[in-house]
Amino acid sequence: MRPFRYERATDPSSAVALLARSPQAAFLGGGTNLVDLMKLDVARPELLVDVRGVTSRAIEELPDGGVRIGAGVSNSDLAADPLIRRRYPVVAQAVLTGASTQLRNLATVGGNLLQRTRCVYFQDVSTACNKREPGAGCSAIEGHNRDLAILGVSPDCIATHPSDLAVALAAMDAMVRTIGPDGSRTIPLTELHRLPGSEPQHDNVLTHGELITAVDLPPLAFAGRSYYRKIRDRASYAFALVSVAAAIDLADGQVRDVRIALGGVAHKPWRATRAEDLLRGGPATEDRLRRAAEAELADAQPQADNAFKIPLARNAIVRTVLDLVEVAR
Amino acid sequence: MDTEITLRVDGADHRLTVDTRTTVLDALRERLGNTSPKKGCDHGQCGACTVLLDGQRANSCLALAVAHDGAEIVTAAGLATDGELHPMQRSFITHDAFQCGYCTPGQIVSAVAMLQEAAAGWPSAVTFHPADGTDGGADAGPVDLAADPDEIRERMSGNLCRCAAYANMVPAIQEVARS
Repeated sequence: MRPFRYERATDPSSAVALLARSPQAAFLGGGTNLVDLMKLDVARPELLVDVRGVTSRAIEELPDGGVRIGAGVSNSDLAADPLIRRRYPVVAQAVLTGASTQLRNLATVGGNLLQRTRCVYFQDVSTACNKREPGAGCSAIEGHNRDLAILGVSPDCIATHPSDLAVALAAMDAMVRTIGPDGSRTIPLTELHRLPGSEPQHDNVLTHGELITAVDLPPLAFAGRSYYRKIRDRASYAFALVSVAAAIDLADGQVRDVRIALGGVAHKPWRATRAEDLLRGGPATEDRLRRAAEAELADAQPQADNAFKIPLARNAIVRTVLDLVEVAR
Repeated sequence: MDTEITLRVDGADHRLTVDTRTTVLDALRERLGNTSPKKGCDHGQCGACTVLLDGQRANSCLALAVAHDGAEIVTAAGLATDGELHPMQRSFITHDAFQCGYCTPGQIVSAVAMLQEAAAGWPSAVTFHPADGTDGGADAGPVDLAADPDEIRERMSGNLCRCAAYANMVPAIQEVARS
């Protein structure tokens, strides 16, 4: 690991100022991904600014019925929180399918959203990777790409975003609150992460020095019945091949509203708006669900090893929503 | 970049100067001579380095010592009291729940923490079933680990065992969970 300086920030604005002064600085949350990437020489910060003490560790109810999650809340505390489990069970479930308890105890909510792809080429500095080194080329497109993206890919990058939490938050229309050198702003979770395009080095839209302070979950009555299904190569402690976060609002057998987001398929959590639009206003039958899922996946561009993700994602959408329909009966 | 920190390890305070790159695991093993936590993968994937960090289990290989100045750490070696093994340690022996033993300190610390988490009502990924209304029994209180080996397997999935002694670890943990 390369040498670096360490500073403990005392409040959010001083943390932002410390980073803004130093182009090679990074915020340190739980460190479960960043420290690993430093060991691998993928991340090379000259300064770590520890923000665990400056972002909120509280989960609080908002006046409008929503819930605010402090960016410093540990992944474990988020998943165990009774309010989250009752109102947004999909969020608790998603967190618990990720990593292990040891990692979730260290990892923060803000850090979870900003973790880097687990594409093996990104993590291996002996290979070419446009995300790690812009212009170097992509080893994955002609290499081992079984785990990688099928939607929103570019000729420069087919990495996936690894967060389970982000997928559930995308389905819930969460809002990300930040403070940065240019002040505070609120970003829809679905717009926090970006598609790779020709600049895969940028995972998200945050500027250097911009710190996530909280994530707001807007009120959503039918989210109390929601589910996260994660499909992977082993039953636990593995990243998603495909995952689905879903919630459904049924009235007289008709879909009044529905939320579907996919993980493991794109450079960002993939909100399935096309499928949602097709499902609203009709019955939640297997046939309609299959057609909606197929429409969502119609633009998929698989690689040599990951075409299986198309039927897998389709079936995962159908099964997950049907499970929720069963619960509603 | 040296920094002076204090760590309370298995009940004893230590003052030491560490390079910022030093992990809690390396501080324990290389600086304080506590070789109970093991270095397996050094990337947070195997759990051999698991310790209680301020009361919660954590991968000490990914925790920078400088970021945990003042922390209270309990290793598997610190679980014994007055020369008496912790019930989880005894149960691992009784049930022959290890082979080479390299992962065992991490497994035992993890299992001890898991009992605390279940008592506090923490859910796991297998606590949630869509058929049960999806909230994973948010109001159900403590989770009965002894009754559900799948809960134990899921909650212990962050600790790998290359000898695959899992088959005996589950009953070893169940026995302590029952008592």
